[in-house]
Amino acid sequence: MTQLRSDLALISEWIQPKSHVLDLGCGDGVLLKHLRDTRQVTGYGLEINETHIENCIASGVNVIHFDLDDLNKGLCDFLHSSFDYVVMTQALQTIRRPDLLLLEMLRVGGQGIVTFPNFGHWTCRVSLGLRGIMPISPSLPDEWYDTENIHLCTIRDFERLCDDLGIEITRRAVVDPDHRTRLLMHIAPNIFGEIAIYQIQKGD
Amino acid sequence: MPDTIPPDSVGIVTPQTHHFNEPLKLTSQRTLPHYDIIYETYGELNADHSNAILICHALSGDHHAAGYHSMDEKKPGWWDNCIGPGKPIDTSRFFVVSLNNLGGCKGSTGPVSINPETNKPYGPDFPMITVEDWVNSQARLADVLGIKQWAAVIGGSLGGMQALQWAIGYPDRLRHCIVIASAPKLSAQNIAFNEIARQAIMSDPTFYDGHYYEHDTVPKQGLMLARMLGHVTYLSDDSMKSKFGRELREGEIKFGFDVEFQVESYLRYQGEAFVNRFDANTYLLMTRALDYFDPASQHNGKLADALSLVKAKFLVMSFTSDWRFSPERSEEIVKALIDSRKSVSYVKIKANHGHDAFLMPIPHYDKVFSAYMQRIEI
Repeated sequence: MTQLRSDLALISEWIQPKSHVLDLGCGDGVLLKHLRDTRQVTGYGLEINETHIENCIASGVNVIHFDLDDLNKGLCDFLHSSFDYVVMTQALQTIRRPDLLLLEMLRVGGQGIVTFPNFGHWTCRVSLGLRGIMPISPSLPDEWYDTENIHLCTIRDFERLCDDLGIEITRRAVVDPDHRTRLLMHIAPNIFGEIAIYQIQKGD
Repeated sequence: MPDTIPPDSVGIVTPQTHHFNEPLKLTSQRTLPHYDIIYETYGELNADHSNAILICHALSGDHHAAGYHSMDEKKPGWWDNCIGPGKPIDTSRFFVVSLNNLGGCKGSTGPVSINPETNKPYGPDFPMITVEDWVNSQARLADVLGIKQWAAVIGGSLGGMQALQWAIGYPDRLRHCIVIASAPKLSAQNIAFNEIARQAIMSDPTFYDGHYYEHDTVPKQGLMLARMLGHVTYLSDDSMKSKFGRELREGEIKFGFDVEFQVESYLRYQGEAFVNRFDANTYLLMTRALDYFDPASQHNGKLADALSLVKAKFLVMSFTSDWRFSPERSEEIVKALIDSRKSVSYVKIKANHGHDAFLMPIPHYDKVFSAYMQRIEI
């Protein structure tokens, strides 16, 4: 089996076997395929990119052509609480209204799992604060003008948003692109964490 | 006509006819005492009969889906783009069965066939056939061919409705269901188009209430009009614009009502060609079968309930510019399948050909279709 992307490997461990999962922006379906093969997980990936869709089909992953930005529809196609988990990896920052989508995720699923690149990472701060230019890094590889990332946020931004929306954070992990959590990330995650992974649910 | 048969063609094919002596009880409560079904097959049935694919045809289709009947045939079967060695429905792997539905006019028993009770063509007395009846008759053909379970049942448009009905009516007899440019039921707009087509045929003075065979004529004008109307709804505004624009046949306007615009010439040609190959009573029957199809109606309008017992895995495909069977209609099927936690993939393919896109060679369509078919275990 090929190496899973670091955040995906961690997420898989958070998902209970035999769950029903919706993966928003599922790419080539790597996570769902892994979950299917190792944890008997069922579910669907939503994707808009043609090549990704073709690759999902070729791996036997159920994929639904869907535009996550079509928020007039939201996820209204999906029934309330119809999934155990709704997962969105590295797509939050590409969505026009991430706040509304987070609420939709928790409408259709019991648990939400979200990952995003932390814009508060020290390299981003150096790039912006000292050099005065938008950062480019392995987790943010594109120039500002041709990036899909239109709503980058920091770990602190995300947690403030959850607080505002009444969303409860039940689990958090901060890793580097190689899936490692180092001591400094524990001490100051918003400075040393490159990728943030959250498990969320509706607050009381 | 092909000078040589292309390597990715199934080649020269010969239809076969099976005569069924066992009466077929129809949804309308009438019974067909005995009947013929004409069909073609492509590829080889494997030893454990697990590689069989059923193709269901649309309104004006028939059993001739791929290959050529002879070296003199101008065009191959209607879905030759998708059926053949190395094509999405790969005949080097699958055994493909394609039939002409009951009520058709290409060799299966239909209005043009002789009614044994009168020794005259059935004409308008041919019983109304529904999608369910077609699927039941197809199941009998499967029995004859020794196919207990199809690897997949595949259809576009009205053919997609048959595939869907297979999954509902015979959940154990197919592993995959591929529904293309279809809908779980017709909309009022769709029924309206069918009604205009039927009125065009029935109001033709040579229709004779459907008994035109006895008068040695056909309702040519009516059937032509019906086809012209249908054809407009199968294309998109964009495809008509790029195909014809406002181009004039002779470069200038003539201040009359003869054919002046290219699009008029095209429609008339399509209409006339259709009259020569299709029967008006069959057209009435097929459009009615379309109108009636509504599997959710037996479940308080809840499609998810109608689909609750299906076991097949689904691939649903739609095309962006198709307004006769729009993507939203396919998405109704997808939503119902997701709500009942069935296995389904859905792909909306960018295409400007309108409803006809499902017959066209479109790279993304081809790739998705091929990738799905290659995953099917045999």
